[in-house]
Amino acid sequence: MRVLYFAWVRQKVGIAEEEVAPPSDVRDVASLVAWLAARSPGHAAAFADPKQLRAAVNQDFATPDHPIAANDEVAFFPPVTGG
Amino acid sequence: MARVLVQEAAFDTGAETTALTAVRTDVGGVASFLGVCRGDDGLEAMVLEHYPGMTERAIARIAAEAEARWPLTGCTVIHRVGRILPGEPIVLVLTASAHRRAALEACAFLIDWLKTGAPFWKREEFAEGAHRWVEARAEDDAAAARWAAAGGT
Repeated sequence: MRVLYFAWVRQKVGIAEEEVAPPSDVRDVASLVAWLAARSPGHAAAFADPKQLRAAVNQDFATPDHPIAANDEVAFFPPVTGG
Repeated sequence: MARVLVQEAAFDTGAETTALTAVRTDVGGVASFLGVCRGDDGLEAMVLEHYPGMTERAIARIAAEAEARWPLTGCTVIHRVGRILPGEPIVLVLTASAHRRAALEACAFLIDWLKTGAPFWKREEFAEGAHRWVEARAEDDAAAARWAAAGGT
């Protein structure tokens, strides 16, 4: 699974992307957040307040209950501020 | 099919507008929104980050929704990324139609959705290396939601 980070989430995690292989009980976006948060102090800081985070699965916005699979591209970022 | 571009380079608003009215005679008006970088609070530059791939896809989807809701003869969305200085343009939305109401409403719809539905993030740079990420605003969500309440998306 490819995981991407943008904006201050990327700065806190310390990397822009990584390949991960979470255990089989990580089945949705919310459980992936909990699993990623335990990977490093940077991840923990980035994921400390899930309410501040937004996610996309395979380049579509996704809610915390959205299912994830091994070959998905999952991205985490703050609420968007374009325009 | 809208013309959607995400690029670092500046764009030519006049040339883009002319492109929507050239070689056809059914256009009655072109509405435009040009977003410009404000230099508030001693801002030195705005750095725009995006999610390559998803950005183009999200904008194309929003533009297709506009084309489904209003009888447009043309639609252009250009959003810049990278480092932008105060006074420089950030985003251009152009909508052409036979009549003004469709063009004006579609243009407002597109810019409202661009603020909340496309993966861009703005970081403000100030003197001596200080910077801050721009926070999303509740009124932008409300502006986009207004269109959802009006039907469609």
